[in-house]
Amino acid sequence: MALDVPDILFEDVWFSYNCSPAVRGASFTVPQREFLAIIGPNGGGKTTLLKLALGLYRPQRGRVRVFGVEPRRASRLLGYVPQNSNFSLDFPVTALDVVLMGRLRGLKGFYEKQDKIKAQEALEEIGMGGYELVRMGELSQGQRQRVLIARALASEPKILLLDEPTASVDVEAQGILYDKLRELNKMITIVVVSHDVSVISSYATAVACVNGTVYYHSSNEIKPEMVKLAYGSCPVEIIAHGIPHRVLARHEGKDNV
Amino acid sequence: MAFLTVSWPVTRVRIMFEALQYDFMRNALAAACLTSVICGIVGTMVVTKRLVAMAGGVAHAAYGGIGMALFFGFSPQLGAMVFALASSLFMAWVTLKRQSRADAIIGIVWAVGMAIGVLFADLTPGYVADLMSYLFGSILMVTKTDIIFMTFMAVLLCALVPLFYGQLLAYSYDEEFARVRGVPVAHLHFALIILMSLSIVLVIRMIGLILVIALLSIPPYMAEKYCRSLAGMMVLSSLLSLAFSLSGLFLAYRFNLTSGAAIIIVAAAAYLASELWLRCRTAARA
Repeated sequence: MALDVPDILFEDVWFSYNCSPAVRGASFTVPQREFLAIIGPNGGGKTTLLKLALGLYRPQRGRVRVFGVEPRRASRLLGYVPQNSNFSLDFPVTALDVVLMGRLRGLKGFYEKQDKIKAQEALEEIGMGGYELVRMGELSQGQRQRVLIARALASEPKILLLDEPTASVDVEAQGILYDKLRELNKMITIVVVSHDVSVISSYATAVACVNGTVYYHSSNEIKPEMVKLAYGSCPVEIIAHGIPHRVLARHEGKDNV
Repeated sequence: MAFLTVSWPVTRVRIMFEALQYDFMRNALAAACLTSVICGIVGTMVVTKRLVAMAGGVAHAAYGGIGMALFFGFSPQLGAMVFALASSLFMAWVTLKRQSRADAIIGIVWAVGMAIGVLFADLTPGYVADLMSYLFGSILMVTKTDIIFMTFMAVLLCALVPLFYGQLLAYSYDEEFARVRGVPVAHLHFALIILMSLSIVLVIRMIGLILVIALLSIPPYMAEKYCRSLAGMMVLSSLLSLAFSLSGLFLAYRFNLTSGAAIIIVAAAAYLASELWLRCRTAARA
């Protein structure tokens, strides 16, 4: 990997599900060890953006590059933490089995001893040691979320992409989670989709405001206007009293941004 | 040895041994064992991937092939297999594109396949007694050839599942993550649907195309609640299938009933009992 190749590159990317485009002409780059927060209203295309970077979707126009190649070819260097709410709680699977999925390599045979050690380590790293053999459905929301993060970490990723990791986690657990992400950020690039604008304040080094179009801002230019651009008629208050990019509560209730 | 005649379970054992003297009954027992393994494994995947409706569609569409085979005079098994494969691949392909209308497409294929079968049966001269047994299954129909094919399928499944267990689990639990890890999800999906169709055609002989959906769904759904792994679910639902099939076959033989229906009713009763027991257990804990 050459040093001048950004971790993620979007170049005039367009993507639509049916007729109405979900992503319109997105262009930005994510340099190494960035902590990028993707914010924006519901249906604004945040998750779509993530899935384009993961190679799960192909852009209809423009191009996406991860480490300078097609996302599909680089996808094993990516750690993906999907939205927690999509999983069936009845599914018979233990936490360890889920984390082991992070060690999959295409159709290549069985898990080796090394894979099990890595999976175990990932669980312990995120504070879920001792829960290996517990069924996913018996864990709490927050614990399940941590297992999904452990699964992504077990892949030993160069970029960690998280889709609303704190959507259903209590405030205390949120803090622990983001502290963990900041620690990981010393080694790897982090991209986190979040409804939670407070992420920007203390953790993010860059913010992408997404509402079809992408407004990308590196840390030294986070301003209230850009959030307004993304959120349109439902503005978010940002006050910078000497402390750069401090974000305060929104006007509306927490959920309906 | 006077006690042999008094206690009921022993009488039952005697009846079973009596039954075993018949060739068809031996075939039926072998078929029951193989069916259980096949349905346990395929059913687990069908239930966790939510393909129960598609499995029903495949089973009924197969009837079109059976009707056609009777009219043109080739093997009904072959006709069923061709129709099952064609319909399942069509459904898989269309539902991949239009996930949100999958149920409508499955409903259409289901009914059209059935209608083709009925029309060809109408056009076939003479009395077509054979058709009923395809609908509800008949132990009398299980032949040596069926047993050979079933054995082949059971062995194939038992070999493939452990080989690709990690991939299979990721595919059924979280398809997108599997894809990010480089698992060829689309290939797995089509492989599963092909194996499912072939399995359904093999099992139709035993319990009939109307009832096959029950044996694919009841045992795995029951087993799911007691297992903490997909593999465990496959093993337990195979064992449950076996228990249901054997007791159903016994009832069918003893009281001269249709084997498929007897098996399903036993399974349904067991499901109810299991559900009640789980409810009581949860209530006792609370």
